[in-house]
Formats: sequence, C-alpha cells, structure tokens
Amino acid sequence: MWQKFGVMFAGLLIFLAVIGLILFLADHAPKRGRDYVQMFVFVAPALILLGVGLIYPAIRTMMQSFTNAQGDFIGLENFVWIFTDSGSLISLRNTVVWVILVPLLSTVFGLAYAVFIDKSRGEKVLKSLVFMPMAISFVGAGIIWSFMYAYRSKGFEQTGLLNQLLVWSGLEPIQFLNSAPLNTFFLIVVLVWIQTGFAMVVLSASIKAIPVEQVEAAVLDGANGWQVFTNVTLPSIRGSLVVVVTTITIATLKVFDIVKTMTSGNNDTSVVALDMYNQAFRFNEWGHGAALAVVIFVLVLPIVIYNVRVLRKQREIR
Amino acid sequence: MSTQINPDASPSLDTSAILTGKARGRHNASAGGQADRVKRRLTSRWATVAAIMIAFLWTIPTFGLFVASFRPQENKRQGWWTIFLDWFPTMENYGKVLGGTSISNDNLASYFINSFVITIPGTIFPLLLALMAAYAFAWIPFRGRGILFVLVFALQIVPLQMALIPLLQFFNGVDIGGTYLAVWIAHTIFGLPLAIFLLHNFVSEIPGELVEAARVDGASQTQIFFRIIIPLSLPAIASIAIFQFLWVWNDLLVALVFSGGSADVAPLTAKLANMAGNFGRNEHLLPAGAFISIIVPLIVFFALQRYFVRGLLAGSTKG
Repeated sequence: MWQKFGVMFAGLLIFLAVIGLILFLADHAPKRGRDYVQMFVFVAPALILLGVGLIYPAIRTMMQSFTNAQGDFIGLENFVWIFTDSGSLISLRNTVVWVILVPLLSTVFGLAYAVFIDKSRGEKVLKSLVFMPMAISFVGAGIIWSFMYAYRSKGFEQTGLLNQLLVWSGLEPIQFLNSAPLNTFFLIVVLVWIQTGFAMVVLSASIKAIPVEQVEAAVLDGANGWQVFTNVTLPSIRGSLVVVVTTITIATLKVFDIVKTMTSGNNDTSVVALDMYNQAFRFNEWGHGAALAVVIFVLVLPIVIYNVRVLRKQREIR
Repeated sequence: MSTQINPDASPSLDTSAILTGKARGRHNASAGGQADRVKRRLTSRWATVAAIMIAFLWTIPTFGLFVASFRPQENKRQGWWTIFLDWFPTMENYGKVLGGTSISNDNLASYFINSFVITIPGTIFPLLLALMAAYAFAWIPFRGRGILFVLVFALQIVPLQMALIPLLQFFNGVDIGGTYLAVWIAHTIFGLPLAIFLLHNFVSEIPGELVEAARVDGASQTQIFFRIIIPLSLPAIASIAIFQFLWVWNDLLVALVFSGGSADVAPLTAKLANMAGNFGRNEHLLPAGAFISIIVPLIVFFALQRYFVRGLLAGSTKG
C-alpha cells in the first residue's frame, strides 16, 4: 500500500521537477530568441501530448477501420459488417433509441424541476438531491439500479424495490433487464437519472438570469403560469437548451459503462460504444473496433458542428 | 439617502448569475415587493408537490444502496427496506470489503488505493499543463496561435474510443502498458482539450494592465505565470480540478483499457464492474463496495458543490 503511494509521490515529484526545470532553463535562455523559447516551453508539452495521444491515434484508427485483424487492407468490409451483422445492427438501433430518449427526457425533467423549485423554500437542498447522481460513477449508478431492478421469481421474497412494489400492488414480478426490447428502456432510465441534474443546474442558472421585469410585464398583461413559461422563459433560455441537449447527446453516444455493468450487453441491450470495446479489446477484432469508433465519430460530428454554429451566431448578436 | 442609485441592481449583472451559479434573482426579488407577487402567482401547490416527488424519486435509489450496505449477510435475501422492521445494521460488510484477505474476491482496499493513486496525478498533470498552454494562448503572442487554439478546441470532438487502440499499442510498444504511468498519461491527454479551453476563458479575462505592468518591471514569463496567472485564476483552477477529479475517479473505460485490470493498478470502478458482472457469491458485499466507491466523489461533491457548479456552467454556457 505504502509502496503505491510512494510510486504516486515519485511520479508527482518527477513531473513537477521536470516542468520546473524546463521553465527555469527557458527563463535563462540566451537573450536572443528567449521569447520564442518561452512560448515554445509553455505550449509544447500540451501540444505534443495531444499530437501523440489524440491526433495521431485518431488518424490511425481511421486507417485501421479499413483493415482486418491481421492489418491487411480490406476496404469498406468492416463497415459492411457493421450494417449487416445482426449483433451490431441491434447495437446501432439501441444507440439511436438512447440518443433520442436520454437528452429528451433529461432535459424535460430537468427543466420542469428547475421551474418548479425556482425561488421556492429549500431550493438549495432540493437542487443538491437531484444533482447528486452527477457525482456518482456510471458503474456506481449501474449497481444502484441493478438493486432497484433485482428480480426473484414469484412467491420468493423480493429484494428489488420495484418488484416489491409490483408484488404489493398484486402484480407479478418482472425481469426488468432480461426481456427485450423493454430492457433497453430500463437501462435508459439510469442515464436519465444521472443527466437530469446536469440539465436542471444549467437551465436553472439560465432561468435566474431572466430579468424580473420581463416576467412581471407578462404577469401584468394577464399571462398565467404556463403562458409565462412558453412566452418568456422558454425563448430566454433557448441557448442553454441547445447546449444542454448537445452535451447530453454526445455523452449518450459514448456511454458504455452502464450497459457493461448492468447487462454486459446481453439480451439485445448492447450499444455501439460497448460493441466497440468488446470487438477491439476482448475479441481482438481491431478492424471492427476501429470501424465502430469511426461510426461514433461520424455520429458526434454533425452535433458539434451545429453547436459551434449556434455559438458563433450568439457571439455575433452580442 | 443612498438608496437612490444602486449600481449593483443593474440588469446586466444578471449574466454573472450564469458564471457564479448564484441566485442574483433573489437579490432583485427582495428589492421590490412586486417580484414576490410574481412569484406567488407562478408557484402553484402542484408544482411544489411535483418537485418534492421528483426529489424523492431521485434520492431513493442511492438511499436504498446505502441502507443495503449495512444489511447482515444472512439477511441478503430480504429487501433493504426490511432493515427498518428489525433493526440490526452491521458494519461487517465494510470490514470484509476493505480488510478481507487479498486472496479472496472480496478485497477492495487495494483497488480503493489504486483509485487514489490514479486520480491525484490524473488531476494534477493535465491541470498544470493545461494552465501553461492556456497562458501561452492567452498572453504570449505568436504566429498561428489562433489556429492552434481552434485545433485544440476541435479535439473535444474526437471520441475517446478513437484514440484507445493506437494509444494502447503505443504504450505496449514502449513497455509501459498496464502501469500507473500509462493510465496517468492517458488521463492527462484526454483531459487536456477541455481543460485548456475552459482555463483559457478565465485566464484571458485577467486584466491586461496587470500582465503588462509586470512585464515592464522586468518579470519573466515564468514569474508572471506563477505570481500573477496562477493566484488570480485559482477559482477557475479549483472548479476544473474538481471536474477532472470526478471524471478520473468515476472513469471505467480508460481504466479498463490501460490498467490491464489487475489488482496492482486497476481502480475501484473496474473491480466493481467485474463484481456486478458475476452477481451471486458477493451479492451481499456489492452494496458496501459500491458505496465505498461513491463516497469519495460524494464528499467532494457536497463539500465543493459551488465550484463544481461553476465549472459546469462555464463549460456549458461558453461552449
């Protein structure tokens, strides 16, 4: 144990010493070109790491997606596999369902909650409670919900709260995570549970930034709560809504921990990101894995481009 | 007498609510009685009921796990709510999970330590490097600066998944695969784009006169960096540090790929995902194990919530 902390402190010390030494040397570089050296020293470590760890690998992955497990060029075969193999087709279908439902539900719940608790008593506590799942790992959340969904056949004592509720109300217990296609929806609940807090916090801040005068004017004109919400609140927070939906969508596209923890992708619950991990790191089908990674990239790309555009437009207006 | 002009009440201040996450609205509300009237019209009783219902639904799952972690092993065939009927909570599960012999499958202590050993450098490394880069992008003029910064920003698009395979091959090539070093470097790389972008936003808002004055006084870039930039951007550093800490602590994908999954290096998340996979034998220990993995981020979250929210809002409203 102490050995491990020793490794950690050694790592930290070496890192700080190296950075310190480089900065010191750059400070005492010969006068001619010192500015250039210093600039280089400040930016270079980050840029080199990004080049080695992100840019080069991304290009490699793109190239690998056109090769088989032995590294021979096979053209589009891996992509053909993705769109013909029944397993990866199910992952694709599930990913689409995830990407539609998670951002939609999280944003709706988060927005409703933010509006409901706005300026109410105990707002801070109420906020923390819903925000808390954001701090929990996807694995932790997966375990928490595995216990919520736990199943014992009829007649046995239930350990999962949801099945106990079913039994109490005179119904039969359900194998929540086993029966496709509903099991995917029960997994989606977990990510919605996590992301609602994020949506709520961002939208709540944005609601608080709406000038009181605007709401007041609407109320004086005789608008009721719902009219104020649709005519004043919603238009004012449109920018934040776009950001929230985009961020959650991208997070959803890459999610794999929840599925891995709760069902391991069995019973038709796999998603593209989990498929990618399995193909590349469990079955050593590097080509398949790389191609699936490229698919995720292609799916993320338009969302980000759209987001950057909206952002730029807003800047222009300001 | 001085109530006539109050510059703090100008509406433009409301935008700062987005950055600080503080409710400026409340300040305005107390300024005039009108706002209170508006509030009364908008908050119906049903909204309050719905809010409390949501809060309850959102809290119950975590609470259930917490209670279940104190359930004696012989009661593992009962739901956690029964613990309130016959009250005999036990710390036994925690004892076994943390102190159990390392041969058996129940020892989490080793993984718990791994999580710390991974997370602390995994937070400090990218933060310092990102701060340096952010300073250069904001305050050292050089050719191609704008293009480079946009490139770094754009790297946020690249999904982690695209970098995993070649990076693992690279680490195996230089023979550091499955070590802490590999995991540290991976987390550093993956944390950099967002950290540089967010820190740049803060660092570039430091008043230019300060930096200029220091330069005129003969301060070097390094001195400016340590004496002006770091102290002034401490709030931003704090919020992004919390972010990175939670992200690294909670990560599973990077850990699985680069740690090799062994008890020597792999963090808690990897072990728990594994335990959850083979349910059954350790079922009674899983809640305690999961709660141990949750407790650190929860402490960080509740203690430093304000900074966490600030970092989140800076990230989401600025890009």
